Amino acid sequence: MARFVFRRLMIAIPTLFLIVSISFFLMRVAPGGPFDQEKKLNPVIKANLERLYQLDLPLWQQYLAYLKGLARGDFGPSFSRPEFTVAEILQSGLPVSIQLGALALALALVVGTLLGVIAALNQNRLADYAVIATATAGSTIPTFVIAPLFQLSFALSLKWFPVGGWNDGAFVNQVGPVLTLMLPQLAVVARLMRGSMIEAMRSHHIRTARALGLSDGSVIFRHALRGAVVPVISYAGPAAAALLTGSIIVETVFGIPGIGRYFVDAALNRDYTLVMGTVIVVAVFTIFFNLICDVLYAVVDPRVRYD
Amino acid sequence: MTLTLKSILLSTSLLIATSGGAFAEMVLNRGNTGDPESLDPHKVSTVQEANIMRDLFYGLVMQDAKAELIPGAAESWTVSEDGKTYTFKLRADGKWSDGSPVTAEDFVFSFQRVVDPATAAEYAYMLAPVVNAEAITAGETPKEELGVKAIDATTFEVTLNAPTPYFLEMLTHQATYPVSRANVEALGAEFTKPGNLLSNGPFVLAAFTPNDHLELRKNAEFFEADQVKLDVVNYFPTEDRSAAMKRFEGGELHMNDDFPTEQLADMTAKFGDQVKVGPYLGTYYYVFKLTEAPWDNAELRNAISMAIDRDYLAEEVWQNTMIPAYSFVPPGIEGYQARLASYADMPQIDREDKAVEILTKLGYGPDNPLKLQISFNTSENHNNTAVAIQEQLKPLGIEVSLFNADSVTHFAMLEAKGDFDLARTGWIADYKDPENFLALCKTGTGNNHGDYSNPAFDDLMAKAASSTDPAARMGLLSDAEQIAVAEELCVMPLLHYGYHSVVSDKVAGWEANVMDIHPTRFLSVE
Repeated sequence: MARFVFRRLMIAIPTLFLIVSISFFLMRVAPGGPFDQEKKLNPVIKANLERLYQLDLPLWQQYLAYLKGLARGDFGPSFSRPEFTVAEILQSGLPVSIQLGALALALALVVGTLLGVIAALNQNRLADYAVIATATAGSTIPTFVIAPLFQLSFALSLKWFPVGGWNDGAFVNQVGPVLTLMLPQLAVVARLMRGSMIEAMRSHHIRTARALGLSDGSVIFRHALRGAVVPVISYAGPAAAALLTGSIIVETVFGIPGIGRYFVDAALNRDYTLVMGTVIVVAVFTIFFNLICDVLYAVVDPRVRYD
Repeated sequence: MTLTLKSILLSTSLLIATSGGAFAEMVLNRGNTGDPESLDPHKVSTVQEANIMRDLFYGLVMQDAKAELIPGAAESWTVSEDGKTYTFKLRADGKWSDGSPVTAEDFVFSFQRVVDPATAAEYAYMLAPVVNAEAITAGETPKEELGVKAIDATTFEVTLNAPTPYFLEMLTHQATYPVSRANVEALGAEFTKPGNLLSNGPFVLAAFTPNDHLELRKNAEFFEADQVKLDVVNYFPTEDRSAAMKRFEGGELHMNDDFPTEQLADMTAKFGDQVKVGPYLGTYYYVFKLTEAPWDNAELRNAISMAIDRDYLAEEVWQNTMIPAYSFVPPGIEGYQARLASYADMPQIDREDKAVEILTKLGYGPDNPLKLQISFNTSENHNNTAVAIQEQLKPLGIEVSLFNADSVTHFAMLEAKGDFDLARTGWIADYKDPENFLALCKTGTGNNHGDYSNPAFDDLMAKAASSTDPAARMGLLSDAEQIAVAEELCVMPLLHYGYHSVVSDKVAGWEANVMDIHPTRFLSVE
């Protein structure tokens, strides 16, 4: 197992390098640059700006300089927010995104798994239908509808929560964003769990366990659940990477200082270094959580061995 | 003084609410359409940044609640007879937020810093009238050669290339605000961080979390601190206008400088006169590619322009948050008479007949339709405007196609003198003067996207620039607009911008004005 993890970490380095290189050049294919805007800059001033950020150098030199910086852990300055370096922006936003995303993920996994199991064990009964209906609604209503609905009902009408803002991470300010992030994930987890649990309950080893006279609880939680949870793990890896790196919709609607917004804003502003920073964060998270998933497979499913 | 039961109850409950602190702080939560990119007055460029700069810094002159020019860091000034030398007398009690005096030396340093190519200030051209400014920005002359001088600690002298009647208006721009020389030299790029930033305005920077909020606190060292009622101003970035309206409704924001215009009717029903709509010093316009046939024909351009029903655009597309425009320079500049297009007063139906007549004469008709592509930057309202124009031109046999791209791509295309027939853009005044608009039609100027060039117009602009008589100057500018805009459509004005914002009735001191400038120091919360 340790060898497997080590090997995967070694592969991650060239993977990241490829992602960084492809993104760097792809970004430059987009027309315009960070200093093109509605009020056109005086060419002299624009040239000064480009010199300041070394955008006047040949592209390959910029690429080498960027890689050199990265190797030292320097993500460069942000063009659209010269007040901050890319590293500072990520440092300030990432913890917020991770906090909200982790809460949403944990809730979605725990509640979703539970709902899926309940539905599976009550297949084609009322509880099952209720879960399926909720799950279908949760996965079809987009977050840009859920978020304003939450604001209208729970904040403006009932006045239980603030409409938006972060307020240094006060609990009441987190409820809306976390619920909005969680619902679609919860729906998927519940549906995945229901399907695989139904299948697991019909499998040979469960029949054997029942024939041996094991209690219901032991059959469900020790034997069926362990096998059934594998599809959820496969899903949770990429979902974790997506949730923990923030959501542009949730952050914009609720006014949350995470990093989700920067993906789109930075690309639209041609803030090359900030785009690269966000790409690297997502890439690292994706690689990391995929690895965690692979390790978890071996933990929950005795049939999976990496050595 | 009469004490009612209500006021006694109120003050008691206030005391209870603030037990612990002596008095409740007066806090204003102000929605701002975006975060500042920077807090360095010499590096900012957007309207939302200017709002914050006006609170932090105090330039030589400033604007009051009605956006009228008032003395700022300078208590008085004199202008030499030839109109080229301005001598500013700084206030003796002007101080930085650490208590050190604001000196003429700080202004020399700041002005040099703005034009220094190393600063790469986007608005360096706000000081372009100053001797050597442009050569310094271009890197041809050392910054020490700039036409500014500290005569003594409180006397600051600026020498201009030519009399520039709008120079004082230019000095209201944040790019000309001072920074503390000692502070910037000691801290370098770090000087704008909370705790580092020294400001000489009514407020000081307390905290800044990107995408969260920016907190300003009253500056105890400000010379009129006793007149500043607010203790704290929180600026919240509100890119999502609908969400901002919900936060306004929920009482979390006291004001916001934008709202979704398509909701104007609902908003007025819900918020009444807390919804503020009025004229704003900006123009929404299209430009023709003037260097290419058939758009090089002024008659054809006028035919297209007169066929566009601007009332419909203003009322239906923009819900009356914009005003139909027939001139480039918007109304609201004192002493200036804009020249409108000749068809401005004609009924729309007559205009269409006239347009058909011109098109027929030029050989266009059902058999030989005119093809026209409108390029614009992606936005729902820009799209709706273009679609409406497409429909309005269809009966004339003009086949309009639409092309949209994201802002950066669109404006990069314009800048690269790319391939277009008719393209959307806009201009918001940097300072209150017609020159700020009309300069865009001068031969070879940066934002002259259509490549308009007419020596007669350039000549009038040059004459206006060297004129020392304000009334004569306005007349020359007006004549220039007649040629370039009303007759030749160097730009095709469609609409004048309107400001549209919400201000809670708890906020006092908000005054409507065409610059839509509302310095927080004049506001208070009841």
